Amino acid sequence: MSIPSSFVSRAVQATPPVLATRMRGLSDRAIAWLFIGPTMLLLLAINIFPLIWTIKLSFTNYRANRPNANVLDVGIDNYVSVLTDPDIWAAMQATAHFLFWTIALQTLIGFALAWLIDRKFRGHGFWTTMILIPMMLSPAVVGNFWAFLYQPQTGLFNYAVSFLTGVPASSFEMIGSVRLAPWAIVIVDTWMWTPYVMLICLAGLRSIPDYIYEAAEVDRASAWRQFWSITLPMVLPFIMLAVLFRGIENFKMFDMVNLLTSGGPGSATELASITLKREAFEKWRTGYSSAFAIILFVAVFGLANIYVKALNHVKNR
Amino acid sequence: MKTISKMLPGVIALAAAAALGLASTSVRAQDKTITLCWAAWDPANALVELSKDFTAKTGVKMKFEFVPWTNFADRMLNELNSKGKLCDLIIGDSQWIGGSAENGHYVKLNDFFAKEGIKMTDFMPATVTGYAEWPKNTPNYWALPAMADAVGWTYRKDWFAKPEIQAEFKKKHNRDLAPPKTWAEFKQVSEFFQGRMIDGKKVYGAYLFTERGSEGITMGVTNVLYPMGFKYEDPKKPYAMDGFVNSPDAVKGLEFYKALYKGSTPPGLTNAYMGEGLDAFKSGQVAMMMNWFAFFPGLFKDPNVGGDKIGFFTNPSDKGKGVQLGGQGISVVSYSSNKNESLQYIKWFANPEVQKKWQAIGGSSAAKSVLNDPAYPKSSPFAQNFLDSMGMVVDFWAEPSYAQLMLAMQKRTHDYVVADKGTAKEALDALVVDWKKVFKDDGKSMK
Repeated sequence: MSIPSSFVSRAVQATPPVLATRMRGLSDRAIAWLFIGPTMLLLLAINIFPLIWTIKLSFTNYRANRPNANVLDVGIDNYVSVLTDPDIWAAMQATAHFLFWTIALQTLIGFALAWLIDRKFRGHGFWTTMILIPMMLSPAVVGNFWAFLYQPQTGLFNYAVSFLTGVPASSFEMIGSVRLAPWAIVIVDTWMWTPYVMLICLAGLRSIPDYIYEAAEVDRASAWRQFWSITLPMVLPFIMLAVLFRGIENFKMFDMVNLLTSGGPGSATELASITLKREAFEKWRTGYSSAFAIILFVAVFGLANIYVKALNHVKNR
Repeated sequence: MKTISKMLPGVIALAAAAALGLASTSVRAQDKTITLCWAAWDPANALVELSKDFTAKTGVKMKFEFVPWTNFADRMLNELNSKGKLCDLIIGDSQWIGGSAENGHYVKLNDFFAKEGIKMTDFMPATVTGYAEWPKNTPNYWALPAMADAVGWTYRKDWFAKPEIQAEFKKKHNRDLAPPKTWAEFKQVSEFFQGRMIDGKKVYGAYLFTERGSEGITMGVTNVLYPMGFKYEDPKKPYAMDGFVNSPDAVKGLEFYKALYKGSTPPGLTNAYMGEGLDAFKSGQVAMMMNWFAFFPGLFKDPNVGGDKIGFFTNPSDKGKGVQLGGQGISVVSYSSNKNESLQYIKWFANPEVQKKWQAIGGSSAAKSVLNDPAYPKSSPFAQNFLDSMGMVVDFWAEPSYAQLMLAMQKRTHDYVVADKGTAKEALDALVVDWKKVFKDDGKSMK
């Protein structure tokens, strides 16, 4: 698309002569820097500087609530403490359980829903909107109302399970049992975020040109064969993208779980982010929690990079 | 006369200037607004009412910042640590006193008390030690005792009085059904009510604190631990905890709390604190409820469970006595721009007449003038229980690292009581290890 010459001439006329003279003296590179400079400065101030500062703090015994205390350099002690702390590993295991099952369930159900919605049956627009509702809610609201739904005496969830299975409603506690609580948070996250995965998969399904299926029909490929050979490979980059987004989001999951279980019972649902928050802003072990934050950052950043490489590989096939 | 007439214009000018000065001072006072920060609960509403008198008297307007209990410590300690100016006055929890004093968040009040003639001997000793002093048991004051509180118990007097229930209990335990005085009696009573049908509804024995996130389960379990012999440290060797925190008596206490939790509480009580307890009691779910005395005036007035239907009792005893201290002192925040007005508020609040009104409208005074008044024990159905409790209160650590110490106890006790992780001995041994680590990091000698 070319810019109309009248537009250019109007812009030239509108530029004050002093500015025009100054700009004329600048190279393209300098003008480019002029434009991206403020953004770069902002990024440095709100992203890079805090990161560097956190790295610096992670090698000290600094506590933000003790401004008058001596700050000592402790070398890699904080990192050693984090990596040898059984409570941290318990939190990492809880996080891994949460990550694996939420991603697996959301991908499976999200893709299945997208596939169904893509059939374009009567009223599919209405059902798409209905399915998207949980995703639009605030995690704080979701955490609070699922706490009521899981209530063993009055909660709808327990009654639904009781109705379907015959197990007495007050005989099990979804958020009070060490065995069930990790599944309780998986169920809530899956309920909330499956629509998001569905939307991405739906975009993928609708990007497949119809002529490919028509050609497959001509070749008398079965529906199953079409699914394995056309649908799945072409949607795979979209599914992988959804997995990446959900993985990063759930690795730092805090609000919903904190409101639903506060990390309990005991520490059964204490995810890494809840542990990090307790260390940083309740116990005020700033140096220690900085080290933990850096370890988490490196883990997410490293895994995400490997994953993006795999995603690009799939896309370029 | 001539001299006076010569001076007259000057005198008039001076008088006018003084009048103008006074007027402007008054205008300034009326322009001033101070913010008081506290938890959002019934007594806070009473304080709003009470403070109207302060504004009427001084012209200083009051603003209030009330935060729900479960977020109170988080929110307010963040505010103090970041040297925020949100609060001029803060009614902070008793356990914050060490950290707030050592980190310079609170104004030291000794000189002010001396100047204004405010004596700490006018307040109940337990509240002075608990809410005002740091280091403990030294005359260094950082707060004025504001809200005396402790854990107490309510029970359904109407259920206890039912003849068929009385008869069945007597047949089973060979004694009259009455508010329990010991933990053994408590267990009998709570298990007796557990799962019983009363007025066509299934009810449960007792409500206990089990909250995991802030301080709930610790504030609950200690009411069994203290009477059974738990001690925070060797009375002769500060910070020496082995054999005290994890003594056989303490282990027995923790096992007992778990037995109560498993056998006497409603289902779903895995993360519950004061609010959930009030809901459970008001909805007629439990026969007995653990909660802070501060809620009892409101409960007594409740149309469904108050009045004749409700009774109160003091925390049961075992080999000894003890109950968890609650309550708070009022402090001036060091970062406030309105320190003078805030100190003015404290001076006003310390007045015996104000303390009397504070008690009358739903607060809980710590002043001896109120609590030692001969009429006080009969002033409410729980007043005598409150006095008894104040005579045996024990508080959690008030060290600068209180939050770390609290979170460790929350984790270890919740892991054992609610999450069935390990044994009581293992939980308390682990707690000793956690606490030693905190004190070691703080440079405390534990020899």
